[in-house]
Amino acid sequence: MIRSRITGKPDCGSGSPARRKTLNPEIARRSFLKLCAATAALTGAAMTGKMTGKARAVPNGQQEAHPGSRMIRSVCTHCAVACGINAEVLNGVWIRQEIARDHPVSKGGYCCRGASAIAMVTSEKRLKNPLKKVNGRWQKISWDQAFDEICAKLSDIRKKDGPDALHLNGSAKVSTEMAYLLRKFAAFWGSNNIDHQAGIRHSTTEAGVANTWGYGAMTNSLNDIRHAKSMIFIGSNVAEASPVSMQHILHAKEVNNAPLIVVDPRFTKLAAKATDHVRIRPGTDCAFILGLVNVIIKNDWHDKEFIRTRVEGFPEIAEEAAHYTPEEVEVITAIPAAEVVRIAKVLADNRPTSLSWCMGNTRQHIGNSISRSFCILQLVLGNMGKSGGGTNIFDSHDNIQGATDMGVLSHSLPAYYGLADGSWQHWCRIWEVEYDWIVSRFKGKDEMNKNGFTLARWHAGVPQKKKMAPNTPIKALIQWGSGSKSLTRSHEVKKALDMLDLLVVVDPFPTMTAATCDCNNIYLLPGSSQYETSGSVTSTSRQIQWRARIVGPVHDCRDDYAIMEGLVKRLGFADKFYKNIRQVPEDITRELGRGSLAIGYNGQTPERIKKHMENWHTFNIDTLQAIGGPCDGEYYGLPWPCWTDEHPGTPILYDISKTLAEGGLPFRNRFGNETNIGIRDNGMKTSESTEGGQINGKAKVVSELADDQTIFPPYHLDGRFMGRSLAENYLEGSMPYVADNPANSDTNYGHDITTQVQGTEDGL
Amino acid sequence: MARMKFLCDIERCIDCGGCVVACKEGNHVPAGINRRRVVTINQGRPGEKSISIACMHCADAPCIAVCPVDAIYQREDGIVLVSKETCIGCGYCFMACPFGAPQFPGDKVFGARGAMDKCTFCAGDSAPSCSEEEPELYGQNRIAEGKMPLCAGMCATKALLAGDADIVADLFRERVSQRGSGADAWGWDKAYNK
Repeated sequence: MIRSRITGKPDCGSGSPARRKTLNPEIARRSFLKLCAATAALTGAAMTGKMTGKARAVPNGQQEAHPGSRMIRSVCTHCAVACGINAEVLNGVWIRQEIARDHPVSKGGYCCRGASAIAMVTSEKRLKNPLKKVNGRWQKISWDQAFDEICAKLSDIRKKDGPDALHLNGSAKVSTEMAYLLRKFAAFWGSNNIDHQAGIRHSTTEAGVANTWGYGAMTNSLNDIRHAKSMIFIGSNVAEASPVSMQHILHAKEVNNAPLIVVDPRFTKLAAKATDHVRIRPGTDCAFILGLVNVIIKNDWHDKEFIRTRVEGFPEIAEEAAHYTPEEVEVITAIPAAEVVRIAKVLADNRPTSLSWCMGNTRQHIGNSISRSFCILQLVLGNMGKSGGGTNIFDSHDNIQGATDMGVLSHSLPAYYGLADGSWQHWCRIWEVEYDWIVSRFKGKDEMNKNGFTLARWHAGVPQKKKMAPNTPIKALIQWGSGSKSLTRSHEVKKALDMLDLLVVVDPFPTMTAATCDCNNIYLLPGSSQYETSGSVTSTSRQIQWRARIVGPVHDCRDDYAIMEGLVKRLGFADKFYKNIRQVPEDITRELGRGSLAIGYNGQTPERIKKHMENWHTFNIDTLQAIGGPCDGEYYGLPWPCWTDEHPGTPILYDISKTLAEGGLPFRNRFGNETNIGIRDNGMKTSESTEGGQINGKAKVVSELADDQTIFPPYHLDGRFMGRSLAENYLEGSMPYVADNPANSDTNYGHDITTQVQGTEDGL
Repeated sequence: MARMKFLCDIERCIDCGGCVVACKEGNHVPAGINRRRVVTINQGRPGEKSISIACMHCADAPCIAVCPVDAIYQREDGIVLVSKETCIGCGYCFMACPFGAPQFPGDKVFGARGAMDKCTFCAGDSAPSCSEEEPELYGQNRIAEGKMPLCAGMCATKALLAGDADIVADLFRERVSQRGSGADAWGWDKAYNK
């Protein structure tokens, strides 16, 4: 058994002649054969990997720890690598996590977060009942009371101020079906004031990438990085953000001898594994990339055939890049000129290159331009549409891809249809509601086609200090699986929160929002975790996986679907909303599939995805294609676009070596101690922004950073705000174990000009 | 008899903490006791390396040698375990161990250490039957179930290997030769200015 786990061979076989002599051959051989026979019997049974099935009856020498238990398969909720989970359940209780050895992407691996996925369900800090803040104290209320009061207030606000007075902070952590319902809710309510975490993370990526070749998602897959001949990561620390993906990255490094280049102002954990670390001044990525492009063109290293046949606009890029000589790049980025030339040569000599980026570049005020420059680099090198190449943008949240695909966005309906009249008519046909009725739900016809407030900027819509569009002040906020920690200028966010007439938080845990906001009439609705519900989720590799419900919602929590139903029933449009939805969530999957033709979400039926979950072991780790078995020929997770229910999925975008039916795709037209500033190691330091925000915290002097003028404060912390503790604002027992100020109180103004993503990474 | 061993491949260890948490969660190890830890040297500098450490189940275990009450014993398959009923919490094993594996809850009167706890290679208390008390005192007995330790099974990058020492050694040797040495090793060009 141990043997087969390590080597991955399904059959134990007899002792191989290559084995070394053990200390005591007599005893060794006898016990060895006994272990082996037992192993063969056990592994033979274990390798069929049924999704739910009793733990096998075990032969001599092996014990069953929990007779009668079942294995249920799900997916970790922490990040977009989407590692598989084998949950062992006995009598309706999740008793332990098993090793999900067969999962094609994670192969049983977890980081510290996935290894404790079960703690999401068992944690004592979970919200247990609906709560309302009355006179500064949290009071337990019933679900009915919560729903009644919330909906009464919502209707009231709607009557007085119109539908745009509500903002819906949706979520990258709900299932795709729920994300779709959130967008549908916003549409039926009559506002485009809906956004989710992509609005503060990767929406610059989409704007940049989609404007280059059509879709704004990871083009290849995590597993495909195994085939890269070189890898470059810019503003990306996947060793900490997506640790399990390192399996594939290190494989390329070890097996292909692929250079691993990390461009980052800090010496990160990823840099520790790099063959080349390039220190760059924050905010200067574009110059660096154009510098590389310039060197490549000057040396004739660009892929002329690829450019001739598939790329437009090359002369203009060459002209622009000509400004960025290595010497000029050195002045801007602080990267030595010789290094710029050397890196360009490494990339040119070792193709295909996998290029990845993350939050380091997206969250700058020119974020979408930076994304474009990355795409341009890959086009110039001819690395697109090939195995081992691509722009492999690592998604962050487990379902940020799914939620973005489902249009939990202020500028689009589901599946990136946008907000044009034709798009609305398309979705009205899918929803089977009258177009005119939807129009009537909005404040005016104009508002239907205009963008709503984004997640990064909703708080500006509350006080409306300057005239802005949309121009209805926001009076009500529903934060569904979303927090305020990552927004910049937290003190402004708090001011906005305190001005609201209604604040509803739906979350498994009491959030920072709940603790920061000082007013009354806040409702906390205990949502269940994703392990207590079912639905699909889209990983960073565009793979769609099905989460089966592991255990029922714990305490008095309800799952997202039930909470949505509770609200919709009291808001008067339940009949229209649930017209074609009886079985939840599978009917939702079918409905969103019918409508999401633009991105090919229609082939991933619940039945097909569930079959993939049952047959992890049949998928090849290098190609992600199933060899034999019930899913033979399909790519794991039916990566979108998956055009029909017989299509195998598209594992690599823009790969024209395969036909469309085999999973190929052309480019699409888009008609993206002591330092000088006085910090002592372990000393308390207060830092203030030019906007009046303030944080304080213990400083740690590290050598990771380029110089002693650069600081890197961690930002996803709660418990303290503007220097003071929030302990008394938390419901008893739910204060986080680690409490500190979020760094976002200290960030400056500055949002990306196209997508309004906040500039956290380029502050001065 | 196969001897069980751990090996952590430092070229792969990324200090993700998966092994640490897998052990803590799977064995319900109480707060304050860390059976497995990841040690990182040169953090933030070139040459940063991490390694996951727990009890190494030594062939000639110093902890067994110094225990005054013979609470620590070694199984035929090499797994070193402590009997919590016998242990008197003297701490000698901690002083002898080069890896700092023995941990003490320190929750007895007058600050006494209490019974020693450490990595069991997920073999519980070595009794063949999975008794009721075993999980509470020692954690899971996965070896009896024919399963591998949680830490190695859940390692994000397959840095941590656990199992039959011969196979682990073979696997590691394959990796090292694949990574190359001499002119094939990465970094060769940097080191020799090529």
